[in-house]
Amino acid sequence: MTTEADEPELRAHFEETVAADRRVEPRDWMPEAYRATLVRQIAQHAHSEIIGMQPEGDWITRAPSLRRKAILWAKVQDEAGHGLYLYGAAETLGADRDDLTRRLLEGRQKYSSIFNYPAATFADVGVIGWLVDGAAICNQVPLCRSSYGPYARAMVRVCKEESFHQRQGYELLWTMTRGTAAQREMVQDAVDRWWWPSLMMFGPPDAASPNSERSMAWRVKRHSNDELRQRFVDMTVPQADRLGVTLPDPELRWNEERGRYDFGTPDFAELARVIGGDGPCNRERIARRTAAHEDGAWVREAAAAHAERRARRADGAGVAR
Amino acid sequence: MSGTEAVDGGWPLFEVFVRGKRGLNHVHVGSLRAADARMALTHARDLYTRRNEGVSIWVVRSADVTASAPDERDPFFAPSGDKVYRHPTFYEIPHDVPHI
Repeated sequence: MTTEADEPELRAHFEETVAADRRVEPRDWMPEAYRATLVRQIAQHAHSEIIGMQPEGDWITRAPSLRRKAILWAKVQDEAGHGLYLYGAAETLGADRDDLTRRLLEGRQKYSSIFNYPAATFADVGVIGWLVDGAAICNQVPLCRSSYGPYARAMVRVCKEESFHQRQGYELLWTMTRGTAAQREMVQDAVDRWWWPSLMMFGPPDAASPNSERSMAWRVKRHSNDELRQRFVDMTVPQADRLGVTLPDPELRWNEERGRYDFGTPDFAELARVIGGDGPCNRERIARRTAAHEDGAWVREAAAAHAERRARRADGAGVAR
Repeated sequence: MSGTEAVDGGWPLFEVFVRGKRGLNHVHVGSLRAADARMALTHARDLYTRRNEGVSIWVVRSADVTASAPDERDPFFAPSGDKVYRHPTFYEIPHDVPHI
């Protein structure tokens, strides 16, 4: 039981743990703001995984071969799994799963803006794997060292699996770019549409990201938005060259002095608009998630009723649960 | 684990332990919600062993876990802190004694 008198000491111990790069575990004392920040970040991350099943999910039934169908199916199933690891991590902070779902459906918690863009062609499946999952990996690898233990451990699992996602995407594009002229055009078109939204995944520029500094002090976040964006560009340009596609940024060029690429500024007004609910697919994504949740209600209720009846019978027969 | 039961008649929380391969202990890998233990097992298989990560799974209701106090500073672990004589390196033995 924590009394007010204990708090300065508990806080000092917490700060010391975080500063020494040790992990904070679920039942440790933590400042309420740390808990709230983590719940918001982990929930948003979990929601992104779940909503992120939709753009590619559309292509499962339309994949051009059994091989591609099986791969895509496995990938979308992984996204569901990632969402569940993360909901589990959020629950260790006292968040309630049903409540998190409600907040998503009511628009009170966000998910990544990227999933509000449509997957127009099958080349989009490849580009999502390459760029969107590539950007996600860039964001997530440092989170494997996040100060909150359950989040860091979930991210280790997620990152291992994301690597398959990115590689299957690149391989798909590699195959298409070695196909017909029409296929190459499809790939370039998809790259043109996804490049800027992918850069927006790293969030607003550092100067406009008010919570970043505190999150970094708490080691909930390990690098700034702009630093991660730069890393992603530096990693991706050679991959684009190898693929033979053009990234749609006239300002993109190697900067010898910095040893990094210079690149243009994403349209952050568009990012704000999409986060605010006015992207190409926001309504469709939430409507679909809501329908899935409501259509599944009878299954959840039936399973709970079945479990309860079995437990009652077992009790009646004097058998342990 | 939070140790909380579901509200509103929802599914309870289970902790999942996976044995990676024969010869290793079961290790805690995370949690999930399920209507009962049998469903928790199949969900755990789908969630935590999609890539041959395990040969055996245990699930236990989170509410049934009794845990020690969270912090390593806790006096709970103090009894083992000052007993260096429980470690082999505590004992000085002449260098020329073999096999010890």
